[in-house]
Amino acid sequence: MAELDINDAVMTTRLDAVVNWGRKNSLWPMPFGVACCAIEFMSMMSSKYDLSRFGAEAMRFSPRQSDMMLVLGTITNKMAPVLRTIYAQMAEPKWVISVGVCASSGGMYRTYATLQGIDRIIPVDVYVPGCPPRPESIIYGVMKLQEQIEKESLSMRKDHIARFYESLERQDALQAAKGLTSQQTIREMLMDAGERGVGTIF
Amino acid sequence: MAHPASPFLSVLILLLVAAVTAAAILVLSGWVLPMLKPNNPQEAKLRVYECGVPPVQSGARHKYSVKFYLTAMLFILFDVEAAFLLPWAVNFKTALWTFGAMLSFMATLLVGFIYAWGKGAFEWER
Repeated sequence: MAELDINDAVMTTRLDAVVNWGRKNSLWPMPFGVACCAIEFMSMMSSKYDLSRFGAEAMRFSPRQSDMMLVLGTITNKMAPVLRTIYAQMAEPKWVISVGVCASSGGMYRTYATLQGIDRIIPVDVYVPGCPPRPESIIYGVMKLQEQIEKESLSMRKDHIARFYESLERQDALQAAKGLTSQQTIREMLMDAGERGVGTIF
Repeated sequence: MAHPASPFLSVLILLLVAAVTAAAILVLSGWVLPMLKPNNPQEAKLRVYECGVPPVQSGARHKYSVKFYLTAMLFILFDVEAAFLLPWAVNFKTALWTFGAMLSFMATLLVGFIYAWGKGAFEWER
């Protein structure tokens, strides 16, 4: 009787690899569509460009049922606390794609009313350039995110999200202590982060 | 047939299998699987979903004034009346039965009018 080699019968892998393989092929996108990039997003989701080929079939308009947020458009300071709340309400683990220059850096809106990049208030994984980017560009961004998910560690992703919730607690505490609106609170936190030379509030 | 109950033995087995399956599904979905799923409740996550804006009130089950019901009834009374009366008046020919039909229609509306009056729908200052 031939000796059975264990490597022929059993395949070993890391838990990270298996879980991440599942995660990257079952992204549930949620559009945070506030400007013209959202129009490109519609085209990307529907039949011609068809994002469902990449496993991101089920688009949901509720943060509770989705784990990949696409921020599509200009985020004003007024909208900043809303974006933070929506990100907080999404199912874990969660990823963010910043679509277009407005979301990534404020774009041409270099004004006091516009947030100069959403990465100041929520953690962003992939930036897609363009004004607005073509559907192919957004799909490329999703593919880049899939590559990143493949490589990331489970515990680091968890800590990453936990840090955001800590910052949300700090925001609520500051808001209650100073009696500010949520917009003013985020502005205070951004000013404070700028003085410390950090640039982000999470 | 050895025993009178034997033809129903298979039914008994079927019942047992069904009961065990149902119990297993209940225990798995209600107790075992919830222990396996990740659970990270956060204050912001548990908040009512209002598109990211703080909710105006807690819960949608609240009472509102029924004055609207009387206003709506009056609106239907006079709106439908006017909507029927005007085209009828424009096309009016001296036919007795159209006149009678309109009279009966007005009489029906009059009942509603009297009812609304009785309810105090015309006492605006309350």
